Amino acid sequence: MSMDLGLPALERAAPQLMRAEPILTMAGISRRYGDVTALRNVDVTVYPGEVMGIVGESGSGKSTLLRMMNLEDTPDSGDYRLRLPRRDDGNLFDLARYERRMLCARHIGIVYQNPHLGLLMRHSSSGNVAERLLVAGERSFEVLRGKAREALEASEFPLTRMDARPIELSGGMQQRVQLAKAIALEPALLLLDEPTTGLDVSVQALVLDTLKRLQRDRRITMVLVSHDLGVIRTMADRVMVMRHGEVVEEGLADQVFQDPQHAYTQQLVHAKL
Amino acid sequence: MTAPMPLLRVEGLSKTFRMYHLDAMLHAFEGVSFDLFKGEFLLLRGHNGAGKSTLLRTIWRSYRPVAGHVWYQSGLGDIDLANAADVDIALLRRREIGFVTQFLNARPRVAAQDIVAEPLLLAGYGQAEALEQARHWLDQFGVRPELWRAYPSTFSGGEQQKVNLARALILPQRLLLLDEPTASLDVGARAALVRRLRDLKSQGVAIIGVFHHPGDVAELIDREINLATRVVSEQTEREDHVAL
Amino acid sequence: MSLSTLTKPWAATSYGFLDASAKRELRRKMLKAIAVPGCQMPYASREVPMARGWGTGGLQVTLTLVNPASTIKVIDQGADDGVNAASIRRFISRVSGAAETWDTLDASIVQSRHRVPEETLGDRQILVLQVPNPEPLRGVEPNISIARQMHADADYGKLWLTLYEQIVRKGRIMQGAAYPSMVNGRHVMTPSPIPRWDVPKLNMARHLTFLSAGREKRLFAVPPFTRVEPLVFSDRPYRVEDHADLVCRRSGVSGYFMNELPIDGGGSAFEVSDSNLGIKAIQQAEGGEAAIGPTWYRNGEFSA
Repeated sequence: MSMDLGLPALERAAPQLMRAEPILTMAGISRRYGDVTALRNVDVTVYPGEVMGIVGESGSGKSTLLRMMNLEDTPDSGDYRLRLPRRDDGNLFDLARYERRMLCARHIGIVYQNPHLGLLMRHSSSGNVAERLLVAGERSFEVLRGKAREALEASEFPLTRMDARPIELSGGMQQRVQLAKAIALEPALLLLDEPTTGLDVSVQALVLDTLKRLQRDRRITMVLVSHDLGVIRTMADRVMVMRHGEVVEEGLADQVFQDPQHAYTQQLVHAKL
Repeated sequence: MTAPMPLLRVEGLSKTFRMYHLDAMLHAFEGVSFDLFKGEFLLLRGHNGAGKSTLLRTIWRSYRPVAGHVWYQSGLGDIDLANAADVDIALLRRREIGFVTQFLNARPRVAAQDIVAEPLLLAGYGQAEALEQARHWLDQFGVRPELWRAYPSTFSGGEQQKVNLARALILPQRLLLLDEPTASLDVGARAALVRRLRDLKSQGVAIIGVFHHPGDVAELIDREINLATRVVSEQTEREDHVAL
Repeated sequence: MSLSTLTKPWAATSYGFLDASAKRELRRKMLKAIAVPGCQMPYASREVPMARGWGTGGLQVTLTLVNPASTIKVIDQGADDGVNAASIRRFISRVSGAAETWDTLDASIVQSRHRVPEETLGDRQILVLQVPNPEPLRGVEPNISIARQMHADADYGKLWLTLYEQIVRKGRIMQGAAYPSMVNGRHVMTPSPIPRWDVPKLNMARHLTFLSAGREKRLFAVPPFTRVEPLVFSDRPYRVEDHADLVCRRSGVSGYFMNELPIDGGGSAFEVSDSNLGIKAIQQAEGGEAAIGPTWYRNGEFSA
């Protein structure tokens, strides 16, 4: 092997031992907004049960990428597939709006940094969870209520407040309602967009702990976007580092933090320390 | 030779850190080669900074090697750890390869027994059995029962290390990497650790260890590698600087 | 040949008040509305000699449907003799030469505000309901463009959610009038502010119903024999008002939708809301010839 230590090309060795197929595969995702390149030829592969962390500064394209995963935006080019039981939808970007909405409602959960994006602030918390089930066609009031209660409980939300409006709740509690809504239908994929940014440090730790528990007990596959390296380090199994719409480094979480290969990642990690 | 294939065959493994902000290279070790067989206990020796921990972490893949191979006979097939896909490494870490450091990565608000039971849960054990084993090993390492439900983030360094060892050693592995696990341990816990390592070794677990006081585990050591003997030559260093 | 032989004699207005192009547009939209039951069709609501919000939508549909052989009944909250109902009825008959009636059985076109008559409408009759707010999603989505998209996607989760919220907050669904209903299993409509009592009358009915909002410039239709299902949870059945046991204090009929009149001393008295039904019942009781047709309810139970 040569000792060429220039910027390492991002090479991904093919898995040899892993028998499971990836649950999420994105290939060649590119997106421009006017003159701005938001994403350039991004590939993502996520395996069942793992937490993929995406870090990068504001404008690195990480949130745009997550919105693409939630089918809220369509790239100029690229292919996106999810392995879902008993269905093959092909490239999800080829789906019509209605099909996208139904697929997202049933198989993808998302927690936004801003709870106003994810919640109806003037409806009850349980109702916010129930809405997800209503979209999927559930029509029994008791079942709706029971499942909402279950999801809120799993998100460690105090059930005595299940009918309080999110607007009356603290930021941490609002995130738990979003989380309950996201996991109510047992999604194949849980997307987390800066889920704890803006929360007090102690509250942040509690929410992250809930996420860890969910991940351990339910093996939910997660994609976590954050600019906070501490959050990524606590949560992620693997990490992608993004900059200017490109993936500059990808690796096991501990490797990326302890032995960053790319100059930008080193700068990022050292700035944290 | 009729000898069996080694569990681990390290060939010409090298690690260099490139630090962009200093515009410098840091050489950890170069051209390390050795074989490790099932049930063998290998001690890494060398003065401070010789790269003992770095070698462990390179095999564990916290560090990416710059050259060489780490052939490993996994239960799932043979693989070169130096060039394996991240997901394969993650899989092996869950199932076959353990790494014990002197630090516990304690998450807030998780009870000691849950931290210890977690590797078993991830490996597919039932909740009840995992918890029972977790308590057994906490007991073995001398953590008092009243602490089992407490959060280790509030423990003293010594107690945290016991929890850490119980967690790290609860699941029988094929390959165990030990990075100074005896630091800050009291006598009782140290004895429990040696007992556990002896058990694992007799079950065929291969172990590579770095110890401040190798005397603690003297009876288990089969072979030693002295990293200090593999000094990086000035010649190589200069060439690399030119390459920058 | 002169110009006068080629044109119609001068008249103050076109037949049926609306000019031909306005009626043509309305006819097209009405046919479209029938073709896609429950789907709101925009139209260019014309000026009529009446203020917006007083039934201009219903009036334009009626004026488009009417011909000299028509018989017109107009009711306001069930009554034929209200000022507004009487004015609209007289206006229609003046501009079209159609006959006027109070009797549901005789009418070919029934224009109504907030009620469906109690006597069963037949397949030669058309019901025209005046609609103040045609958009069932307005309460959950103020942006009309997005609401239209939601209709297109049959995205009614938020609408269901408001019903869920009512049960959570009040223990039952509080929606009294204009109960959102699924038409033909596809589009949710508001059936105009008719009471819950009247919604089942639209389901698989023999008659054609137009619902038209003049101010909002949209109309929609429920064709004959089309499913109209109120949105309800499977374990919270749809309930109509508890009027089955109430007795009309003037006509003595019972089992129909009643108007509640507060009386001195705090109680309530009740009068049948479909006033012509009450009139016919009184005439019958006094030995008259009045014939009451079959009705949708039997002893307060819906049984069409």
